[in-house]
Amino acid sequence: MKNLGKFGMYGGCYVSELLIPVLSEVEAAFLQYKDDPEFLEEFHTLLKDFAGRPTPITELPTLSKELGCTVVLKREDLLHGGAHKTNNVIGQALLAQRMGKTELIAETGAGQHGVATAMVGALFNIPIKIFMGSKDIERQRPNVQRMELFGAEVIPVESGSKSLKDAINEAMRYWTAHSSSTYYVFGTVAGPHPFPELVAFFQKVIGEEARAQCLERYGKLPHTVCACVGGGSNAIGIFRAFLDDKNVKLVGVEPAGEGIATGKHGAALCEGRPGSLHGSYSYCLQDSDGQIQEAHSISAGLDYPGVGPEHSALKDSSRVQYIAVTDKDAVEAFLMLTKKEGIIPALEPAHAIAAIKQIATSLKQEDILLVNLSGRGDKDLDHIISYLKNHE
Amino acid sequence: MNNNPYQSAREKKGKPLFIPFVVLGDPNKEKSPKIIKTLVENGADALELGLPFSDPPADGPVIQAADTRALTSGICIDDCFDILKEVRSFTDIPIGLLVYYNLVLQRGVEKFYADCAEVGVNSVLIADLPLEHANEVVPVAKKHGIAPVMLVSELTTDERMEQIAEIAEGYLYVVSYVGITGVENAVLEQNVREILEITRKHTNLPLFVGFGINSPEQVRATVNAGADGVIVGSRIVREIMTPKRIGDVCFELKSAI
Repeated sequence: MKNLGKFGMYGGCYVSELLIPVLSEVEAAFLQYKDDPEFLEEFHTLLKDFAGRPTPITELPTLSKELGCTVVLKREDLLHGGAHKTNNVIGQALLAQRMGKTELIAETGAGQHGVATAMVGALFNIPIKIFMGSKDIERQRPNVQRMELFGAEVIPVESGSKSLKDAINEAMRYWTAHSSSTYYVFGTVAGPHPFPELVAFFQKVIGEEARAQCLERYGKLPHTVCACVGGGSNAIGIFRAFLDDKNVKLVGVEPAGEGIATGKHGAALCEGRPGSLHGSYSYCLQDSDGQIQEAHSISAGLDYPGVGPEHSALKDSSRVQYIAVTDKDAVEAFLMLTKKEGIIPALEPAHAIAAIKQIATSLKQEDILLVNLSGRGDKDLDHIISYLKNHE
Repeated sequence: MNNNPYQSAREKKGKPLFIPFVVLGDPNKEKSPKIIKTLVENGADALELGLPFSDPPADGPVIQAADTRALTSGICIDDCFDILKEVRSFTDIPIGLLVYYNLVLQRGVEKFYADCAEVGVNSVLIADLPLEHANEVVPVAKKHGIAPVMLVSELTTDERMEQIAEIAEGYLYVVSYVGITGVENAVLEQNVREILEITRKHTNLPLFVGFGINSPEQVRATVNAGADGVIVGSRIVREIMTPKRIGDVCFELKSAI
């Protein structure tokens, strides 16, 4: 390892000795190609021609008027695949190809990262295995079918809580045993070094575009940038470009689930404490012994007890303010954006939308509130409809 | 290295050691010490004991199920130390712990090793703490007289092996083949012999081989390959719900040495 991927005191590479050789290999490839013009050219060409970048920014006419500030969305929902995940999987698949790996594996919770990985597997004609908790397979049938249509093998994970964290454990296990031929396409800015840095590198295009688009359209930077945080890749993707703009406020929105007080939430940064999970030292939900607790959120994509280590460092330095939004508020925001602006958000960024009312109270009409709309909500329709039925 | 209990046990015995592994608190607090006692009565020369953890990616499905069983029964880490104390009261063979780093961190590194010393643990292997991060615990472990055990495999480069050998104490955990514990029929005598030969160039510590050793034939192959000890986990853990079988399985595997 050339370094340990530290973000302040967070990050690191807390894995079995057996995974060190392949992680060193990934790190070496990443360091070699991240500044390689040919690699970057291929990456950006695929982002443009296959995925549809740049994604636009959209000013919301009704909500801007109602809230008294200029609400602007970064439209990652319009990216091919329906979410920002596509950026990361294209980058990592190219890296895997350069490394001569002949099989890709990935974990998935809601299925979005699994679908994205299966999609590039089809594009690059590489066999794909997706590890998915058996509980999630039940909850996310349509995404399982999409992965299988792309030709991926979906492997049900029956261990532990049978959800995302267990899928990660199982994928790590498989990788340990098959590291010479296999590349693990990690889905978010968490996990062992070099994944937090590597995934951020492939996602930072979101913020770079949005920053330039704001300057071009408004001649100024946003007052506040807001994004939802599960593992945290869409948030890091948009925050990175603004970290040095000290006047731009950054807000990360975690899932408060059924309410922080109920204990049924996924707010690792707001309510957890630092610990070691899935290879990195970062905030996570755990009991006093250090046993990892299950997260709860209406949004499967935010249903994770850990969070990327860069977020932990950004929390401690107060560069980013982290807040939490309940299932109920996220569903209301989902309906609000759909009815008032004609855009169906995924349940994940609906958490960020839910936060804008509160953020707007300290903003003036001309202040820009930029929200990362990280994915579209088609996948959530069944879920929302049954939620509304049960909560009438 | 007279103060290395593993080395002493190996020398005293004059042949390779048999080291069964179970998870502390599996299936519950009451039965766990009895199961461990059965292992001692049926030929264990040393014990390798796991602290149950919610997310054990370095273990196979059988051990993970044991972790889940223990945690579901309500076991906490304090209970595990109680069990260790009880085990120490009926045996003086070396006891090693196999743990995940978060459990050490949340107890506090200092307190964790102090507690280990107090209940008579001899060594600790942290499954998710590679060489890069070893300095976060090794000085504290040594201060409390707990041997930091480290893991090597066929993937470990010579350079790493040298550095690992420099800081490790007690024994080196040699992975029989790269994969996950509990996979059947995967120990190839030749493979183990090659890894042991390379490892031996770097250290005088006892070399204990584990991962995927499930049958008397595999135990014998590992011994023939030159191991100083054989660690068997999944094969034993699989019998946890039928305690009568545990003694028999343990004895049968042990007799293969």
